[in-house]
Amino acid sequence: MDKNQSRRQVRLMRQSLFDQGFLDEQFIQLEELQDDANPNFVEEIATSYYRDSSRSLQTIELALEKTPRDFNKLDGYMHQFKGSSSSIGAKKVKAECQQFREYCKAGNGEGCMRTFQALKKEHATLKKRLEAYFQMARQAGPIETACRPK
Amino acid sequence: MESSFSSPRNDSFPAGLRVLVVDDDPTWLKILEKMLKKCSYEVTTCGLAREALNLLREKKDGYDIVVSDVNMPDMDGFKLLEHVGLEMDLPVIMMSVDGETSRVMKGVQHGACDYLLKPIRMKELRNIWQHVFRKKIHEIRDIESHESIEGIQLIRNGSDQYDEGYFFSAEDLTSSRKRKDVDNKYDDKDFSDCSSTKKARVVWSVDLHQKFVKAVHQIGFDKVGPKKILDLMNVPWLTRENVASHLQKYRLYLSRLQKENDIKSSFGGTKHSDYSSKDLQGILSVQNSINIQQNDVAHGSYRFSGNNLVAQNADPKSNEGDIKGIVSEPVAEPKKGTTSNIPDSQKTRSSQMDFNSSYTETKKGLVGNVPHSQKIRSSQMCVNHSFASVESEVNLTAFDSTIPATYSWNQIQLEKEHKPLIQLNNGFSKPPLPGPQHHFQADQLQSIPSISSRPSIPGGDVTGSSKSKPSYSEYTNHHGSCVSPTISPTISPTISATDSFPGQTKSCVVDHQVSETISTSTSNMKNQGINLSIDLESAQRNLILGSTSPFASLDDEFQICWYQGDCYGMNLELQNIEFSECTDPTHVTEVPAHLYDALRFEYPCDPSEYCVLDQGLFIA
Repeated sequence: MDKNQSRRQVRLMRQSLFDQGFLDEQFIQLEELQDDANPNFVEEIATSYYRDSSRSLQTIELALEKTPRDFNKLDGYMHQFKGSSSSIGAKKVKAECQQFREYCKAGNGEGCMRTFQALKKEHATLKKRLEAYFQMARQAGPIETACRPK
Repeated sequence: MESSFSSPRNDSFPAGLRVLVVDDDPTWLKILEKMLKKCSYEVTTCGLAREALNLLREKKDGYDIVVSDVNMPDMDGFKLLEHVGLEMDLPVIMMSVDGETSRVMKGVQHGACDYLLKPIRMKELRNIWQHVFRKKIHEIRDIESHESIEGIQLIRNGSDQYDEGYFFSAEDLTSSRKRKDVDNKYDDKDFSDCSSTKKARVVWSVDLHQKFVKAVHQIGFDKVGPKKILDLMNVPWLTRENVASHLQKYRLYLSRLQKENDIKSSFGGTKHSDYSSKDLQGILSVQNSINIQQNDVAHGSYRFSGNNLVAQNADPKSNEGDIKGIVSEPVAEPKKGTTSNIPDSQKTRSSQMDFNSSYTETKKGLVGNVPHSQKIRSSQMCVNHSFASVESEVNLTAFDSTIPATYSWNQIQLEKEHKPLIQLNNGFSKPPLPGPQHHFQADQLQSIPSISSRPSIPGGDVTGSSKSKPSYSEYTNHHGSCVSPTISPTISPTISATDSFPGQTKSCVVDHQVSETISTSTSNMKNQGINLSIDLESAQRNLILGSTSPFASLDDEFQICWYQGDCYGMNLELQNIEFSECTDPTHVTEVPAHLYDALRFEYPCDPSEYCVLDQGLFIA
């Protein structure tokens, strides 16, 4: 693919992640941290996040299946998960986390379950989008990734 | 990090600022590290609170500021905050994704310099140096405000034995000195050079702290004020500001203990009380046998000297200190002949105890003073941690210097303790300790009380004790994570000390005398201690030493125990047992040792042991 074309593609992909609310400002912070010493910093962080968060999700899932539900515990897990998701600026995921916590506080098990499913979906969607983005960025060449968007 | 020992980069400040970041989230840790590096700071990352405390203790003056997350698995961020404030007096910044006012308030109350919300911006981190600078200025002001020279001299003299801060004095004396040497050098340098940028902190030695606590008690906790305390203390070089800040910390500590106590008391306070008093006695007696002279002064009850247990002051204060000292003693004893080691540990413990004891003093209400014990626990915990470090050092020397200075002591303790513990049990069987063993079993379910109940666990009991040591199991289970107050009776193998103790019979010798004086309860304590050790070993070190976390978890447990312990302190008075020391979780572990001393327990004073003891103590 033409270099310029790929770069444009990457730019567009990146922009849409923001426009569609998948990512927030934190992602930009990460991009700004990327430098020669850590040229793939953002991707590394995203990989680290997905590795840890997947495990957390499993833990939460197991906890949700237990009855009676321990809402305090679930809230605690989710609090941690939310903090973790804030590290890469996973906006939609964070929103679901917040919703989940609200349901926990209200003791709404059903609500928790539903929100959890939505959360998993968002988590997976973002992962796919980011993977595609990083791959494209690598193909397009370093310039693209080093680019400081607005 | 070694380079952090060197004097801070005064020339290019704030560049080179030595930051310790603590966060259980590895992703955030990476991000923060990168951010701080971009600010030209020297970053050290840490995933566990206990690990962080270890690092801080090892390298006194190795860091300028601590940035920590609030929610961590092994220890509450606020607790860490308190410890750091009390022990190292470094500025601490809290972080959290939760920005609720109440949380922020709590952070500030616990002494946080700042509270950042996640996600954290670079610019927020860029300015954290201001907290370091501010503190420095204040300290210099404090130093210069009073007869600093004299004070410095005093401090320096004191620092020979005492580490900057509350603990670690023992370290200096013992092999830990090798570690401390560097620190000492810096301390001396600091002290002598008031005007240096290095802040010269007032060393709240055991003696000093005891004076402080005494003054507080005299005045009456409600009416206390820095000026009054200062007047009563009659320490020329101390300033009102020093006292004020110390008082503030003390208060925080107490209130935290209080809270914990309240929570703990709901756990089964009666049991604890039973144990604690008994255990304390036992522990105290042990201590006495340990012959730790040092603490005598500070605690009065310390009596390590010789095997006579304490008849000295049961007063809680000393107990705490003693306990601590005791803890250290056992450790040192085995190897060296102990006296030398012990003093150090004692000292450290004492100082710790002092701190604790002061807390306990306020509480004096032994039984039922749950809050008190809590406090003690808290202080103990702090101390414990410090002890832990000290312990490790002490142990090292005691045992074979092969023990790595760092937290290996835990492990060592565990190992060593195991042996002694087992022995103790054996030893215990002799003394007329009645059912201590039973206690164990019973205790198991009780979070802390169970531990203490194990007093005389004859060899066979050891296994039993493992059960009762719920706290231990907690420890072991939580190797590194905080043990929740709900000690689950899943005591891990720890108690299977029997296995581990094979050769320690000697140390287990629980002093009969002790038991006699102390009453079975003490033996329980011992057992507890022993159990603790046993657990420790069997627990795979996870127990307490493995990570500071055991203590952390123990803290909770201990809290309860300590309360009991506090009571013990009181009881001790009756029995002249230095229980107050028992309250100290670390002491707890020590106590068994002490008790055993009579027996000749040479097992290292595993902090975990102490913890166990604490538990036991509290049970009373």
